Amino acid sequence: MAQVRTIDRVVIRFAGDSGDGMQLTGDRFTHDSAALGNDISTLPNFPAEIRAPQGTLPGVSSFQVHFADFDIVTPGDRPDILVAMNPAALKANLTDVRRGATIVVDTAEFTKRNLAKVGYDANPLDDDSLTDYQVVALDLTGMTVAAVKEFGLTRKEASRAKNMFALGLLTWLYSRPTEPSIDFLATKFAKRADIRDANITAFRTGYAYGETTEAFAVRYEVAPAPMKPGRYRQISGNLATAYGLIVGAHKAGLDLFLGSYPITPASDILHELSRRKGFGVTTFQAEDEIAGVGAALGASFAGALGVTTTSGPGIALKAETIGLAVMTELPLVVVDVQRAGPSTGMPTKTEQADLLQVMFGRNGEAPLPVLAAQSPSDCFNTAIEACRIAITYRTPVIMLSDGYLANGAEPWRLPDLDAIEPIDPNFAAAPNATAADGSGRFLPYQRDPETLARAWAVPGVPGLEHRIGGLEKSAGLGNVSYDPANHEAMIHVRRDKVAGIVRDIPDLVVDDPSGGARLLVIGWGSTYGPITAAVRRVRNAGGKVAQVHLRHLNPFPANLGDILGCYDRVICPEMNLGQLAMLLRAAYLVDVQSYSRVRGLPISLSELADDLTAELASLAPLAEAHDDPAAPGQEDVR
Amino acid sequence: MNSPELKQLLHGQDFEASPLAGLAGVPLSLEPVDRKAFVSDQEVRWCPGCGDYAILAAFQSLMPDLGIKRENTVIISGIGCSSRFPYYVDSYGMHSIHGRAPAIATGVATARPDLGVWVVTGDGDALSIGGNHLIHALRRNVNLTIMVFNNRIYGLTKGQYSPTSEPGKVTKSTPLGSVDQPFNPVALALGAEASFVARTIDSDRAHLTKVLRAAANHRGAKFIEIYQNCPIFNDGAFDALKGPGADEAIIHLEHGEPIVFGQQGHLCVVRDANTGGLSVAERAHVDESDIVVHDAHRPDASLAFALSRLTDSGVLHRSPIGIFRDVERPAYDDLVREQVQLEVTQRDPNLGLAELIAGNDTWIVD
Repeated sequence: MAQVRTIDRVVIRFAGDSGDGMQLTGDRFTHDSAALGNDISTLPNFPAEIRAPQGTLPGVSSFQVHFADFDIVTPGDRPDILVAMNPAALKANLTDVRRGATIVVDTAEFTKRNLAKVGYDANPLDDDSLTDYQVVALDLTGMTVAAVKEFGLTRKEASRAKNMFALGLLTWLYSRPTEPSIDFLATKFAKRADIRDANITAFRTGYAYGETTEAFAVRYEVAPAPMKPGRYRQISGNLATAYGLIVGAHKAGLDLFLGSYPITPASDILHELSRRKGFGVTTFQAEDEIAGVGAALGASFAGALGVTTTSGPGIALKAETIGLAVMTELPLVVVDVQRAGPSTGMPTKTEQADLLQVMFGRNGEAPLPVLAAQSPSDCFNTAIEACRIAITYRTPVIMLSDGYLANGAEPWRLPDLDAIEPIDPNFAAAPNATAADGSGRFLPYQRDPETLARAWAVPGVPGLEHRIGGLEKSAGLGNVSYDPANHEAMIHVRRDKVAGIVRDIPDLVVDDPSGGARLLVIGWGSTYGPITAAVRRVRNAGGKVAQVHLRHLNPFPANLGDILGCYDRVICPEMNLGQLAMLLRAAYLVDVQSYSRVRGLPISLSELADDLTAELASLAPLAEAHDDPAAPGQEDVR
Repeated sequence: MNSPELKQLLHGQDFEASPLAGLAGVPLSLEPVDRKAFVSDQEVRWCPGCGDYAILAAFQSLMPDLGIKRENTVIISGIGCSSRFPYYVDSYGMHSIHGRAPAIATGVATARPDLGVWVVTGDGDALSIGGNHLIHALRRNVNLTIMVFNNRIYGLTKGQYSPTSEPGKVTKSTPLGSVDQPFNPVALALGAEASFVARTIDSDRAHLTKVLRAAANHRGAKFIEIYQNCPIFNDGAFDALKGPGADEAIIHLEHGEPIVFGQQGHLCVVRDANTGGLSVAERAHVDESDIVVHDAHRPDASLAFALSRLTDSGVLHRSPIGIFRDVERPAYDDLVREQVQLEVTQRDPNLGLAELIAGNDTWIVD
């Protein structure tokens, strides 16, 4: 019997062929970890091809889960344990695995043919290339097939349960309960008794193998993480976005209308909303990206909350219609789940390189608010805020997510929906001006003096008939106008309206427990996790570093300029070539330094931590003591 | 429509709806509406002699006859000369972007069952840049009346050939003559599974009005090609159908009637054994029983398609005019609303938003 050792955190990566069920296996393990009270963070990584040729490097699919007894913010850089179902999975993932880590492999797949497919001249299990690791070489396929023999499946069908054997083994290794996975399998395969029984048996056999084998000297336990009391679930970014949109529309008392075209990695939002008609959600799978946003804008004109969801290539196609929404000043929420570009790029890999596209990628001066979510569960709040701004200010709003947030998952403390403020659509119900003859008159471009939002009059209301469109409109009246002064005034008012949203944006709070940091790290979107983890690591080693993270990219929070001016050095890590850094430099004339990593993967926290440490070391010594380094809004948020 | 805010704004659902199938669900006006009520205060800025004037006038005259509330009338257009149309009608309207009107109108029509939605577009807008949206709106059968003003030229950009211009057309962008094969818009619409397809002419107000009225009584997508003269860049494109020889050129389609035309009805349409399609024959040379009887309600679109092929693709000398096809098929927007309503009605009242968001797999941290 192996001894049980308590550890604080583990990173596991399940890797195999696209058809090996690695996403399911990882997801299952994550569920159990979350339910045990561990904090979790996950990183699915899969090829764009549905079934790339079997056993090849392009066909490798993996799922990484990081679970811990403390608050974690990333799925981890380096796995402590790698489950490699074939030589391709080993080869594709080995460079990421830390020295001394455990590697579980299925020896049945290490055939001459499979080794040759990925360019191994010799079997790495037989030579000394893996001496730095603890290799647990098991005939997963053989043991699985033998275990499920009684169910009369073909060898191929039987061997497909090997992922459950592996799950059973890891369930034992990390001292998790078996019931949840057995219940899950019973439900999932309820319609095929033989498949169900084979999977459950494989899972149990894997668990039992752990108990009896001597391959593992120790098994581990990770205690629950201290978390705020409450009810929790696990949630991915795409699901949180879908829920946020439903709640946003509900808080406004509006019908949610989604016009969308399938695109990786955004399609799951379309799928989820399509299942939620019972909550008054209408979904329209359009003929193309342009029709998706067009129908959404039409629905907004008709008094619904129009939403469109897409990724970078779709934003490019939708640009003209988003410009029409800027001109017609109608509410519209555009969700961009960014992926690696340019062009088709790497559809299943993450990136943050659409920032400048969404800021400026339209003809003419076409400003609009831009928000970015920082974690999977944060997509919920960000989506609601996007709805709120779109409706309040009659404007298209772009919400940025990315592939990492979309598919990654974390525990989420369920929000109190009643505590979310309602959103007032404030429909125009009566004329807002008086005609020369004293009768009521409706001016579609009359504005609220505070928000500068124009009246939202929907068809069906008598007396408010009006025409809008892409041609420049006269202020107030809304008639077509080519008047030079009017055009400039309208350009200014559209800019001022978006800039004025700053009044609804809370001031940024810098995280600097030392109170004396001279180096500020600023980020936006999904880099929150890696930046936060790297900053913690630097601080744990005694480094003084401040951190601030942006949700609001247009307009920026009011105190951002003051904050940037308070530090000797400002570093901006992004998964692009420095897009936010460019905006910050332009807006504030501050020498923001770009830290750019564009690999289709989240920024590595250990690499970033090392680089930040080097930055700290390179700061010139202070000529005199820094007695009063306090930056505005400075406060420890933890 | 489940939005509490909209329901409150629109004062509940108590109204008398139009008896016309295409406008079912749209409230009737309580008082008679005057044609002038549909005339906006905007100065009409089409060129003198433009065919668009006649279409606008016919539309504005028809609207009071249809009897729906003016505020429940929505016109969506794209870009081009014809697409200025909404500015001149005092209803709700959107002059959108090039080619996208059918997509935007799909959103309007799906979101609101109580609106009558018309799309105004042209041959460049609908058949070139917006071709994709047009065919998909037709195949889905969204309850829209799509009026394509076909002048066989680009007018607003000052005279380039369009996707309906005849081969050899000399324009600014085709100084040696166009080498493009044009679309036959009616044939295209039929191929896109349209349930209502018609063609009419700007100069024949009575026919134009008749077709628009028939469209209002059809549930689903209505495709109406309107031959429209551009006096500046393509003047006379439809003269063959307008002058003294028009009787010989226009093949009038009337549902249930033998297709006979020409002076004293000396021409007719018969099946062509050589091509499997239809051809025009001297009536004196054929047996009366061989004359094709028009059947717009026929579920199979082959006859309508064969009729559409009697249109000249080059310079226009002859063309069928009328309703090619008018068949019943469920409208997309009705089906979408039905699905939503069914789910809303059947939803377990104990499963609210909080329960949705919680899902089935939660845990408690004390």
